[in-house]
Amino acid sequence: MIKPALINKNSGKHGATALTGVIGALLFFTTFFFAISVGSVGFSFSDTLRVLSNYLLGVGDTSDIPENLITIIINVRLPRVILAALVGAALSLSGAAMQGLLKNPLADGSTLGITSGGALGAVISIATGFNLPFFPNSGLILMSILFSFLSLLLILTLTYKIDYNLSNQTIILTGVIFSMLASSITSLIVSLSGNNLKQVVFWTMGSFSGRGWSHVALMMPFFLITATPLLCLSRELDAFSLGEEQAKYIGVSTKRVKLIILILVSVLIGVSVAVSGTIGFVGLVIPHITRFITGPNHKKLLPFSVLFGASFLMATDLLSRTVLSPAELPIGVVTSLIGALLFIYIFYSKTRAKG
Amino acid sequence: MLEVDSLSVKIGERKIVDNVSFVLKEHDILIVMGPNGAGKTTLFKAIMGIIPHEGKALLDKSDIKTFSTRELAKKIGVLTQKHQPRFAHSVYDVVSLGRYAYQKGLFASLDKNDKKKIDDALKLTGIYDIKNQSVLTLSGGELQRTFLAQLFAQEPKILILDEPTNHLDLQYQIAIFDIIREWVKQDNRAVMAAVHDINTAYSYGNRAILMNEGKVHVQGSVEQVLDREHLKAVYKVDVVDWMQSLLRYWDLQ
Repeated sequence: MIKPALINKNSGKHGATALTGVIGALLFFTTFFFAISVGSVGFSFSDTLRVLSNYLLGVGDTSDIPENLITIIINVRLPRVILAALVGAALSLSGAAMQGLLKNPLADGSTLGITSGGALGAVISIATGFNLPFFPNSGLILMSILFSFLSLLLILTLTYKIDYNLSNQTIILTGVIFSMLASSITSLIVSLSGNNLKQVVFWTMGSFSGRGWSHVALMMPFFLITATPLLCLSRELDAFSLGEEQAKYIGVSTKRVKLIILILVSVLIGVSVAVSGTIGFVGLVIPHITRFITGPNHKKLLPFSVLFGASFLMATDLLSRTVLSPAELPIGVVTSLIGALLFIYIFYSKTRAKG
Repeated sequence: MLEVDSLSVKIGERKIVDNVSFVLKEHDILIVMGPNGAGKTTLFKAIMGIIPHEGKALLDKSDIKTFSTRELAKKIGVLTQKHQPRFAHSVYDVVSLGRYAYQKGLFASLDKNDKKKIDDALKLTGIYDIKNQSVLTLSGGELQRTFLAQLFAQEPKILILDEPTNHLDLQYQIAIFDIIREWVKQDNRAVMAAVHDINTAYSYGNRAILMNEGKVHVQGSVEQVLDREHLKAVYKVDVVDWMQSLLRYWDLQ
């Protein structure tokens, strides 16, 4: 009696996960092709597919497509779309991890002010010209990661001091204040160093404009070496999302795991900021939607956040460069608009649920 | 099994736990009583090394600090007083986390043995039927039993229970202490529980500690500790008088 029911239930669950996976993958690839094909110069899907398969796999013939158009796909669109996907994946993954770690559904790089801290680091490195020998852009990335980590530590320490339970209000308030402080210093430094206003907009609203393969090459290794271990920490994040004390009682080395997760998250956010400026709310929106679909179990939540986050940012980047074409909207405008609305919704429904 | 030697916890200038010593032996159900703020919860946290403290807690003759978190979780399990889940984990997911300490490797999943232990724990606490429900939808009692099930799935040797039946209906209060009384009969097991209800303490405990303002007021057998004078001194009311007048109601039934 019991056995068949059990088997049915399990296979049903697996089926659901597999289906979500297929839909997620479809969404990802559709967005990917759309984002590459659509723009100021449009391509048909079949042309895009032919150019990509010729470039990546060396199959097919593309001699009928003008050379300059192929260059647009390969050297302009493709790296930009890949970079958007990487940043989207990194921001959502870090958001999902932080929400579990802090047991707080509103935690995210932008709501906590970590992205603004990272941007401040990046701007300082540009203004001072700090760089390691032989590694171009290393100063930018290192300072961005370092400042992200320091911001995270500072904000968490402050919040713990004020309110040990890390309640929504305290953590968000601290984050907002820190974020305003960091972005105003950022704007000040950019203005003083004689850069134009466009730079300020880049660091406060983010953009993928003019990003190429060098940025992908910069981002990819950092993403891989931090996302992989983070995906392996799903059991620990499940435990943390029940509360830190509880996590310790069931055997999680909370101090060590927490430090590791905070470092991984800082690297993900720091690198994202270094290549694309501060793009707000992705880490809040995507894990929240993903949780609706997969449930809060991190074993599913984390990989699907990666998938959906990548698709989301490719799509928003597409929007930001086509809506006002030929002008480009900063991508942060689009994500913040969607994010802020969702933030209000979550905050409102949570507060109301509490009574 | 557990030996606590002059344990003190200071927060600022105030001593929350003041020079507490006791021994927990095999098969013990040691009841910790005392008014709110007597330091019961803080004592438990100090034993588990969650908060800084002076003095020592020895588990099987070695300092608890020398155990890894994972090893300690296999020896001592703690049921805390309050649970406030924020995410919609299923009951099963929460209980299965009790097996964390036994899982090795990065991609460890639940094996046959783990699953059996989880099912047993779910059945023991009477929540098997709601195992797929989200913890956000549970009543206080169901939530408490979910975490109790997690504790049983964890298979510790010592249970530290901080007011385990606080939110529970009467039938589950009885059921849980019956379960615990059976559980502790096996070799190498002991229970330590903070309890508010004196009647529960009497019926299930064999030894007791009465705490007041961080200090041990008295300890010994339940009969010695929960006597009229001691309770009066700590609770500032004649508890026995009050209990008798309350319980007289049933004589008329």
